[in-house]
Amino acid sequence: MLIEAGHFALALALGLSLVQFAVPLWGARANDPVLMNVGSPVALAVLACVAFSFAALTFAYATSDFSVVNVVENSHSAKPFIYKLTGVWGNHEGSMLLWILILTLFGGVVAVSKNSVPTRLRANTLAVQACVTIAFLVFILMTSNPFTRVSPAPFEGRDLNPILQDPGLAIHPPLLYVGYVGFSITFAFAVAALLDGRIDAVWARAVRPWTLAAWCFLTLGIAMGSYWAYYELGWGGWWFWDPVENASLMPWLAGTALVHSTVVMEKREALKVWTILLAILAFSLSLLGTFLVRSGVLTSVHSFAVDPARGVFILAILIFFIGGSLTLFAIRAPVLRQGGIFAPVSREGALVLNNLFLSSACATVFVGTLYPLALEALTGAKISVGAPFFNFTFIPIAVPLLLLLPLGQSMAWKRGDLLGTAQRLYWVLGAAAAVGLILIAATVGGPVAAPLGAALGLFVILGAANEIVTRSWRPGQRLATAWLRARGLPRSIWGTALAHAGVGVTAIGIAATAWSVETIATVRLGERIAAGPYEARLDSVVPRTGPNYREEAARLTVLSGDNEIGAVETAKRVYVTRGTPTTEAGILTRGVSQVYVSFGDRQADGGVGLRLFYKPLVLLIWLGAAVMALGGAISLTDRRFRVGAPARAKAAPLAVPAE
Amino acid sequence: MSRKQRRLALIGTAVGVLGFALGLVLYAMRDSIVFFHAPADIQAKGVKPGTRFRLGGLVKEGSIQRGERQQIRFEVVDATSSIPVRYQGLLPDLFREGQGVVAEGVLEEAGIFNADTVLARHDEIYMPREVAEALKAQGHWQGEKGTKR
Repeated sequence: MLIEAGHFALALALGLSLVQFAVPLWGARANDPVLMNVGSPVALAVLACVAFSFAALTFAYATSDFSVVNVVENSHSAKPFIYKLTGVWGNHEGSMLLWILILTLFGGVVAVSKNSVPTRLRANTLAVQACVTIAFLVFILMTSNPFTRVSPAPFEGRDLNPILQDPGLAIHPPLLYVGYVGFSITFAFAVAALLDGRIDAVWARAVRPWTLAAWCFLTLGIAMGSYWAYYELGWGGWWFWDPVENASLMPWLAGTALVHSTVVMEKREALKVWTILLAILAFSLSLLGTFLVRSGVLTSVHSFAVDPARGVFILAILIFFIGGSLTLFAIRAPVLRQGGIFAPVSREGALVLNNLFLSSACATVFVGTLYPLALEALTGAKISVGAPFFNFTFIPIAVPLLLLLPLGQSMAWKRGDLLGTAQRLYWVLGAAAAVGLILIAATVGGPVAAPLGAALGLFVILGAANEIVTRSWRPGQRLATAWLRARGLPRSIWGTALAHAGVGVTAIGIAATAWSVETIATVRLGERIAAGPYEARLDSVVPRTGPNYREEAARLTVLSGDNEIGAVETAKRVYVTRGTPTTEAGILTRGVSQVYVSFGDRQADGGVGLRLFYKPLVLLIWLGAAVMALGGAISLTDRRFRVGAPARAKAAPLAVPAE
Repeated sequence: MSRKQRRLALIGTAVGVLGFALGLVLYAMRDSIVFFHAPADIQAKGVKPGTRFRLGGLVKEGSIQRGERQQIRFEVVDATSSIPVRYQGLLPDLFREGQGVVAEGVLEEAGIFNADTVLARHDEIYMPREVAEALKAQGHWQGEKGTKR
């Protein structure tokens, strides 16, 4: 009964979304505040319906209700409880329901947020948001109903794909979806502004928190997915330039550009048309990502089931939203009034350059991802564009971006002084170059790219620190005064510095992968293998039985010289229901470096095939992403985004402190 | 600087950066693109030794031979031909006889394919798409065996 109620709630949400779409839009046309204000309560009602529906499906999973087809296909009564819950989005139907839940959640937050969004803008935004919701609700109801029943109900389910039974999966898709779908809000704001033909700093200030929030979640989601692939797939790689990964990287690049261009719009009312275009593109790329992953065009871990009807449907949604919004953009963009002017050498100019590099990087990823699909559709030739292509095109674009980052960050608005800015960065450049040279000297014969990359990362980190220092300390001043000043800096300054430092940290982690060592060997009990400064000794191989799998686990002791520094365990598992084998990697963390062991094959002579990696500084890759997201979150708490918040007694100053 | 000069500087930079990106893409397209071939294509299309490509098909039953230091030899077959493959390293979890496989590497003079990467399907309903299509094209496809719905 609950299942049918969940299904009904989805249909009800569709009906309500139609109201949320039509009434505020009509109100904004007729300039009727009553009609415009209908949007907010209806958006909350839609959210309630979808949340109920999602809860109903979760309940079916929690209680292993095998009369629901979706549960039968993706769950098992012996599966650990936590994976019964995460199994809700470990399949096509459930993950689309999660997509819609997050979409309506954002709609609900826009509806209740008390910040100073003008009534008309809010009404139009909610209407556009409802339009996206309608499309996806129709999609799920027509082609991917998660509530289909089966009679008679099977006795047992078919279990979830084993590599998805992992804590990483519990967090990765929701984070990623919050990021993807968060860009639907900026998209809705952009389309609303185009409908209205008006866009100004108020618009930018209303949009910026959403962009930042979506960007933070997307950053975390991508990092989480990358770390999951690293430890769960057992290959030791952290990024494969797989089309599905690229599908999430493209909106991230466009979103990063958008985060920066909205700054220019907010402070200087420049780059209006470009910002609107980026907002449209960021969400279009999110939709494209959904299409690539969900349509079965690509085969990967992420494509759950291939059904041509779904692919065509999502393609139709894609064409409608991207085509529609770009057409609207083409018609309305010339109407938008041009904003503030600036010299090429200025903060604005630097941000334009940032946007150029980011969108070029995004374009190369786009070409590399879609070219094989296009070529196959046109000529039938099958090719694969792999890591060499992306490394060759992406890195030369990323390096100048990172080199210019500290410079642009400390440039003045409107008209900058290149020489003066560079002078403030001399010590940063000197320190980074010195460390780079020391590293090169210390690792003669090793890869040269690694020390250079590490020096570049350090340059970015020190550049970010320099930003805080020059803002709060002049030579000859007491440190206590400087500390007080630093604490008094707007949070957005701290957030920016942190996020940029995070970029540097990730760059160091990536550069250090060139120093990693891999050893593959067949090992018998008591034998040792070495990788880098560490050795691993095989102690025992034991068979075991888990709740829904059997495994053979190899225990190893990791040694540094003759000192035992820890034990790791790697296993080859077979999940009973599906008969699928997986490899569980054993990882020993030392500081931010890791020793990584994965189980290969059992050899006929009793030896065990093992793969041992030494991965120096590898954790920095994901820690850097976490620091970036933290920086974004701190920026988000900046007081200027709380202007008009009733809880604060002291009104925030209207003027933004000079930067 | 006048407004016009500013605009020109902006457009010039944009064209420069985009041109740089385009150049990189075009250059990389020449070298880093890998074609996919089924065993039957190799003779039919006259693939020359020394070219790097992806070979896809089924692992021939009874063809897997394991040697020292994790060397492995197996044959990749389709309906008409078979190509011997050499590989050293750990194999994916789902590498098995009679199953779909994609190997990336270089064809040597002796007609042996020297693979440096071996990919297998991710789970029991996954068959590398290229393999499925190549088999379908040759009329060797045995239905959507094991595919959901």
